[in-house]
Amino acid sequence: MSRVLDKLAAVFGTEVVATHSDFGDDTALVRRDRIVEILVFLRDDPDLLFDFAMDLTGVDHYGEEPRFEVVYHLYSLEKKHRVRIKVRLPEDDPAVDSAVTVWPTLNWYEREAYDMYGIIFRGHPRLTRILMYEGFDGHPLRKDYPKEKRQPTIGPEE
Amino acid sequence: MMEPFDSDAGGAKLDLQSEPMILNIGPSHPATHTTLRFRTVLDGETILDLEPEFGYLHRGFEKESEAATWTQVIPYTDRLNYCSAMMNNVGYAMAVEKLCGIEVPERCQYIRVIISELSRIIDHMVCVGTNMVDIGALTNFWYFWKCREEVYKVLEELCGQRLTTTYTRIGGVMADVPEGWTDRVLAVCRGVIPEGIADVDRLLTRNRIFIERTMGVGGITPKEAIALGFTGPCLRATGVPLDLRKDHPYMVYDRFDFDVPVGEAGDTCDRYMVRMEEMRQSLRIIEQAVAGMPGGPVNVDDPRFILPPKEAVYENIEALMNHFKIIMEGIRVPAGEVYSATEAANGELGYYIVSKGGGGPWKIKVRPPCFPLFQGMPRLVKGHMIADLIAVLGSVNIIAGELDR
Repeated sequence: MSRVLDKLAAVFGTEVVATHSDFGDDTALVRRDRIVEILVFLRDDPDLLFDFAMDLTGVDHYGEEPRFEVVYHLYSLEKKHRVRIKVRLPEDDPAVDSAVTVWPTLNWYEREAYDMYGIIFRGHPRLTRILMYEGFDGHPLRKDYPKEKRQPTIGPEE
Repeated sequence: MMEPFDSDAGGAKLDLQSEPMILNIGPSHPATHTTLRFRTVLDGETILDLEPEFGYLHRGFEKESEAATWTQVIPYTDRLNYCSAMMNNVGYAMAVEKLCGIEVPERCQYIRVIISELSRIIDHMVCVGTNMVDIGALTNFWYFWKCREEVYKVLEELCGQRLTTTYTRIGGVMADVPEGWTDRVLAVCRGVIPEGIADVDRLLTRNRIFIERTMGVGGITPKEAIALGFTGPCLRATGVPLDLRKDHPYMVYDRFDFDVPVGEAGDTCDRYMVRMEEMRQSLRIIEQAVAGMPGGPVNVDDPRFILPPKEAVYENIEALMNHFKIIMEGIRVPAGEVYSATEAANGELGYYIVSKGGGGPWKIKVRPPCFPLFQGMPRLVKGHMIADLIAVLGSVNIIAGELDR
């Protein structure tokens, strides 16, 4: 196991559900309850220093339980390493704490994950749609949203 | 929806003795170039607040990809950053190859480096050229357009297309370079491009009007830029030398001698300077890549990924079946997940791919470099004048194709 994952597992113990380094990408699946704490640790720990939040996205593992996943990709400018942190969310309660306070850049990424998958980021300053329009019905990147589905064209807001 | 504007915020007195004005810029406006929109709150000409809006060019790239085979996704990637489509092709191919464990032949890697750097040059040319048009200097645009046209001619020879190239394949490229192609690349890189850069450099770099319009406009500190997720020229303009070609050399970038230019103030002027120098560095890389380009095949020798030669398809049943399976079902990619990042013209272009096995992706997420840049626009322009918004917007180079996907 890599140094990053070792350290994470040593500090957070049972919070870390699983780790792998397949294809050379260090990955940790963690519980959602203390996700903000884990991200702050990754950002601030002098051995890790993940100062960049490069990407955040949702994944719909349709047919599996828990169904949804939120994936964070972090990068450290100084240590030049990357890590992927994943959180699994059940279908009936797809919610996780927002990490906008940790990295302001995640603001729009979280809005996009909400827009596309309906994942709720608790404590987000303004969780609204970002790519689709207000009034769009459903979340287009969910696997049970048919690609061919068409929705009425809307005019400008009154 | 915008939060109600509080005119007493910070105790600042408004310049004009009236209500702040809300002005919509875009989504169809000459200076936003693509379908971007801003809601600005103005006090006279000073920007008090700004809200970027986008999504007008959203075409469901990720949703479409999930219904396509691995190879069918390549044309979609052209349309992400259409100013440097080749780099999107290369980034995507590298991500899938990482998942498959393919090491493409050296010749292919050299070709990919050359087309990436050519794309970087024309991307920067579009950025600088149109940015200058917006602030009133049309000539530079034509000087750069001439170079860009020559580069497009060279790229067209490779793949038959100018903008939507679709040149890479999983495990290689569409076809080897034509006879004498590298000589024509060198002719362009030694002739029209350096001339164009020198012309624009003479027109702008010491031009007082240019300096007054750009210096100190839209600056940002390294710390803020990192927190906002800036990468590429916009981050390097603040003085942070993050360049994946140097820090995590992919393909064969570790064999070339080139510098990573950085700025100081992170303002519009520094972004321009960084882009100009990066073009010169790209020329250096192309010179070295052409000189060191080995012979040999361009595709991996593996029938699981590469289509058999057309003659063989017509002549024997194995090749026919192989061809049929790859076209109809797609290449087989093992289950797993990868994140693969390349240094595109605007910054880190990342592909996060989830595969569950089978002929097509389960999920593809693109991390477009200009997504965080566009998010950071309010930070760059608040407190500046409305005309500065146009100058800053051009210099961060937002491409709606990759922003909206």
